[in-house]
Amino acid sequence: MALLEAQNVTKSFGGLTAVNNVSLTVERGSIVSVIGPNGAGKTTFFNVLTGIYKPDHGSIIFDGASIAGQRPDQITQQGIARTFQNIRLFNNMTAIENVMVGMHARLNAKMWQIIFQSPSVRTEELRARARARELLKFVGLEGRYDELAKNLPYGDQRRLEIARALATEPKLILLDEPTAGMNPQETLEATRLIQRLRDELGLTVILIEHDMRVVMTISERISVLDYGEKIAEGKPEEIRANARVVEAYLGRGAAAGH
Amino acid sequence: MSTTSLPNSPFAALNRGLPAYIALTAYVVVTSALMLTNTRTSLGTDVLFILFLLGFLLIYRAKVSNGYKLALGAVMLIGVVPYFGTLNAYYIELAIQAGIFVALALGLNVVVGFAGLLDLGYVAFFAVGAYLWGIFSTDQITQISPGASPVSPQLFYLFMALGLFVGAFFGVLLGLPVLRLRGDYLAIVTLGLGEVIRVLAVNLDRPINITNGAQGIKSIARPPLPDFLRALLPGLNDPQIYQLFIYALALLIVGITVLTVFRLKNSRIGRAWEAIREDETAAIAMGIPLVRMKLMAFAVGASFAGVMGVLFAAKQQFINPPTFDLIRSIGILAMVILGGMGSIPGVILGGVLVTLLDLQILPRIATELGALKRQGVVIPDWFDPAQYQRALFGLLLIIMMIFRPEGILPDQRRREEAHAIEDREASAKTEAGEAKMA
Ligand SMILES: Nc1ncnc2c1ncn2[C@@H]1O[C@H](COP(=O)(O)OP(=O)(O)OP(=O)(O)O)[C@@H](O)[C@H]1O
Ligand SMILES: [Mg+2]
Repeated sequence: MALLEAQNVTKSFGGLTAVNNVSLTVERGSIVSVIGPNGAGKTTFFNVLTGIYKPDHGSIIFDGASIAGQRPDQITQQGIARTFQNIRLFNNMTAIENVMVGMHARLNAKMWQIIFQSPSVRTEELRARARARELLKFVGLEGRYDELAKNLPYGDQRRLEIARALATEPKLILLDEPTAGMNPQETLEATRLIQRLRDELGLTVILIEHDMRVVMTISERISVLDYGEKIAEGKPEEIRANARVVEAYLGRGAAAGH
Repeated sequence: MSTTSLPNSPFAALNRGLPAYIALTAYVVVTSALMLTNTRTSLGTDVLFILFLLGFLLIYRAKVSNGYKLALGAVMLIGVVPYFGTLNAYYIELAIQAGIFVALALGLNVVVGFAGLLDLGYVAFFAVGAYLWGIFSTDQITQISPGASPVSPQLFYLFMALGLFVGAFFGVLLGLPVLRLRGDYLAIVTLGLGEVIRVLAVNLDRPINITNGAQGIKSIARPPLPDFLRALLPGLNDPQIYQLFIYALALLIVGITVLTVFRLKNSRIGRAWEAIREDETAAIAMGIPLVRMKLMAFAVGASFAGVMGVLFAAKQQFINPPTFDLIRSIGILAMVILGGMGSIPGVILGGVLVTLLDLQILPRIATELGALKRQGVVIPDWFDPAQYQRALFGLLLIIMMIFRPEGILPDQRRREEAHAIEDREASAKTEAGEAKMA
């Protein structure tokens, strides 16, 4: 069974239908891209999947259970993690603390145990810290543990966001434009990192991405949104050859010229 | 062994190693001795008392072993202060007040500093604790239910524990309506809710007399003096022993409060609060249950105020609504901000400092100016120093916020934050300069 099955998801803001009747099926262990012009509704779709917005219509089945309408923290606990298009780190916390915040739902210390510092709390803290370091190493931030998030260079902030998302122990990770604003070298590294999420950690990945080279190299399937509607879905080669997609991206004239 | 550090000030050497131990001990011994030999309430003694208290700050900053810090601090708090208190009751009263407000400030710091929820009605929880003991330990209870009788003073300790839970309960109760609010809106609504509690205290004398209205509650019971204290402290009269007893209780609560907030801060709960303060949306997306964590912050913060309220009522033996007005909430908030939001040592310092300013330093300035005037120094008639205490306090706050917006002892991370802004401004200035030259 597919890991994620979104059916006929619709989300409007007043008169604007940002996501219109979109369905998406994501198989376990795959890397899937969602592309589309600016304002197509990609981020809004992510926000609906992660519970930031409740869908107006439609169903979302994740790992066999319906998550439509649940709170974001509940959805995260069930195994969906995300990053944000405009990086949203906890700026005045250190890198390692950012990651440890991500572990919140996976740690068990209760208030009374913390106040009385029961041995279980202490070992849990130590383990969490060690695990956070591992995750930071995994994304390439070894040794930057105690740096304030906001003092990290841009590319490292994106990595830190991924490490923080990993700390929630997700099955599915949603990446919103992970290479935005990166130079070609950084983009290449980010692309490798995304592949390692799947290959080494066994995660399923959905990414929103504008860089077509990235999209075409790493995605197994691509869905294209335009004005809130899904206008195409398929393998990279199919999408590349799809007239409607070319039209959406380049305008009617360009498509007619083909 | 470090060979890199060149002392850049003659005092740098005093800050570490053996000289640090000697200097620190000498400072504490000298200030203690001076203070204990000058016990008359006067400007001079005030200054000595403050110099003595400054010792705590030096201990905190000095690079000596934690064990030694703890021992020295304990000697001062458990030995010197109470002994001085037996020589001059005014100063132990100051210490008790400082203790009460330090605990309140630490509680408010959980809400404002840790979780970033600006709460202007915090004193309400203090009131709830105070009225809890005030009502149940006096005849007031018979007004509510004619058959009942005041509880035995022995139950004071039980009521301190009850104060914890009642405080937490009201924290949640007043937290519920403001869950969706942020920033300015949150501040205004909490201010309103805090006032509601005070107004209830004023008006709940009819139809059933619960709070005795504006007259307040008199003759509140005090916990019985433990017999062993009398045996332990021969030569002291009961009121003196009693003050020391209250001081010990206040110190104990402060100690427990410090330990509790310190542990919470460095736990998954503290990190969740901080994450909420930084970015609510990102926090919930990381699996943090927003409502639960916010209510927890309100409950924890309020519980300290509830306990301290019970102790306060017993200490004062009289409470009335004006004690719990908005100015009180703002005063506690000033302690948190002045000391350094989110910083535990900072908030302790802020609590002591504001209490001293309020009860000792500013009144002292007023009396000294009054004395000068009587001696013929020309001070215009319209300037009555006693009237200007609050203004002076406000001025101090403004100056602080201009020159040290992050507080006196900021949270380590917050300090970096403030300095990062400075750096940015500095680099912006040089860039602007370069642009002009080009
Ligand atoms: N909270 C909101 N309230 C009102 N309108 C919104 C809101 N969020 C998004 N929109 C609108 O919904 C539409 C889709 O926005 P969305 O951010 O999902 O686009 P996107 O595909 O992610 O675009 P981009 O590539 O620029 O990130 C836009 O017209 C946007 O203005
Ligand atoms: Mg977007």
